Amino acid sequence: MSDLWGILISVSLWVAMVRIASPLIFATLGELLCERAGVLNLGIEGIMVAGAFSGWYAAYAGFGLWPAVAVAFATGMAFGALHSVLTVLFGLSQHVVGIGITLFATASSYYAYRLALPEVTSPPKIEAFATWPVPGLSQIPVLGPAFFDQTPLTYLAYGVAIVLSLVLARTPLGLAIRAVGENPASVEAQGLSVAGLRMGAVIAGSGLMAVGGSFLTLSAFNSFFFEMVNGRGWICIALVVFGAWKPGKAVAGAFLFAAFDAAQIRLQQTGLGAAVPYQVFLMLPYLLSILALIVMSRRAAVPAALMVPFRKGER
Amino acid sequence: MRLEPIAAPTPARRMLPPVLALVATAALGALLALAAGAEPLAVLGLIVKGAVGSKFALLETLNRATPLIFTGLAVAVAFRARLWNIGAEAQLYAGALVTVLLGTGALPWPSAVLIPVIALAAMVAGALMLLGPAVLKLRFGVDEVVTTLLLNFVMLLVVSMLLEGALKDPMGMGWPKSAALAKEARLPRIVTGLRLHWGFALAILAAVAVWIIDRKTVAGFEMRAVGAGEAAARFAGIGVPGVVIRTAALSGGLAALAGFSEVAGLKGNLTLDLSPGYGYTGIVVAMLAALNPLGVVLAALFVAAIFVGADSMSRAAEVPTYIADMLLAFALLAMVLALMLTRYRVRRA
Repeated sequence: MSDLWGILISVSLWVAMVRIASPLIFATLGELLCERAGVLNLGIEGIMVAGAFSGWYAAYAGFGLWPAVAVAFATGMAFGALHSVLTVLFGLSQHVVGIGITLFATASSYYAYRLALPEVTSPPKIEAFATWPVPGLSQIPVLGPAFFDQTPLTYLAYGVAIVLSLVLARTPLGLAIRAVGENPASVEAQGLSVAGLRMGAVIAGSGLMAVGGSFLTLSAFNSFFFEMVNGRGWICIALVVFGAWKPGKAVAGAFLFAAFDAAQIRLQQTGLGAAVPYQVFLMLPYLLSILALIVMSRRAAVPAALMVPFRKGER
Repeated sequence: MRLEPIAAPTPARRMLPPVLALVATAALGALLALAAGAEPLAVLGLIVKGAVGSKFALLETLNRATPLIFTGLAVAVAFRARLWNIGAEAQLYAGALVTVLLGTGALPWPSAVLIPVIALAAMVAGALMLLGPAVLKLRFGVDEVVTTLLLNFVMLLVVSMLLEGALKDPMGMGWPKSAALAKEARLPRIVTGLRLHWGFALAILAAVAVWIIDRKTVAGFEMRAVGAGEAAARFAGIGVPGVVIRTAALSGGLAALAGFSEVAGLKGNLTLDLSPGYGYTGIVVAMLAALNPLGVVLAALFVAAIFVGADSMSRAAEVPTYIADMLLAFALLAMVLALMLTRYRVRRA
């Protein structure tokens, strides 16, 4: 128990929590945007891989870090465009297309990586984002270093969360996006384009997923590895459900999940970690996600038109 | 744009879109080869030669197709009933684990008894692996896509844990691998001297069995009815939860046979790299076959040929082997679109 207490009061745990949560916040918000518009985007895992690779490669090629983030965003938008053409315009199965996009985006990234660097055995490193303490705020005990002594990409994640929740809750555009996920016929009746709104949401959301992926290569680590996304996309899908499709709650869920993840890594170093195989600790995040899905299923506020293709004139 | 159902598609309408999808895939392949600085036709030639160009290549393709037939069937069975099983990878490893648990000397029985017992036990393990998500879907409305996906990661960690613990081969020089199967537990070769085991025959048999269940039995009809529309199926007096459970058991069992056949037929032991994503590739196989159980065999042979061919090609030309994964994922997307276009006409709105 004293081990656990020692972990909980260490500042490094909370710093790690925010670092682990950052990519999840981007990708969870991206998925949330798609789903509020009525489209389940299972391309998330592959789009995160593509974002991780394209962002890293742009930085490696010398474009600079912020342009690299933009490259990742654009890459995500491209896969989002493909997804939305197939699922929104053609109304194809969102399950099958999503898995297809994940396989395609992952394979494309690996192919491009091998093409760009045929000879390397260990992936080259880049100069990743450095931490930038926010003047004043970073001096707050515990919370300061945790939340305000991070890399600029983490601050961007905060910004995206605030902007997205304001847009969804307070603007006509947000109302239209929410309506298109609940009752597309009513949006159609207002003279707005259901397909246009849904495609826009999927494309923008996919861009955010890719930025989440690029956090891994541009901020958390400084090079690109195969398998580095490692199921984070699927966890984000669970986080959207856990957050009841609300941006604030989803971000809170990402922090909670990340705190748990940061704690299990530290628990591995203790006496308990010596007694229990490390795989058990690594399993916990996935099991926790499943548990969260079960617990939240009762209260789920799932968008009414999620996964229902809209065809004009049909009812 | 607007999609208009076609009441009676002509043969041309049924053939053309899928053919165009394959042509588009080939065109992408040519572009990718050019991007790698290679000659597209030469690359294609090397892939074909590597897949079917020699007796060795052909047998390699048949061996590679074996697990893909099983996982392809698992996905096809589930998707037909709209049970989105993306967890064939985990079910495959469940089957492989059981094969190792029972096949490394635990049961001192002759082959004729031991092999069927292990195969059945593997199927039960795979079925149980999918029953969890199926029950969660029925009881709590939890999306099975996410639970089956997450369980893939959990299962891989379970296997890793066992391979470093209880199942670790004491003679393995520290490598995380299981002990070798007993001779009695190994699937023999179909023809002595040819590197092709009975797992392949079992896979063909499974495809025929699934086709019979699908087309000739009430259970198969009920699965398709649930897939076509749950409300209508319920209205017709079909017990939907029971059908979902039965579908899950069959699908999980089939995927587990992939693990059984890989361990008992090909590898002889269990390692963490037993499956290079056969569970996920099963989705590609099933969709290319338009979820038809017999089509799964052809699709699995095609997919296996691309993989084996690309492996051999990338050794000769400077084209990364990931070209195969990329083309197959693209073919999946193109084929899903093409199959829809055999039934719908695109009109301007």
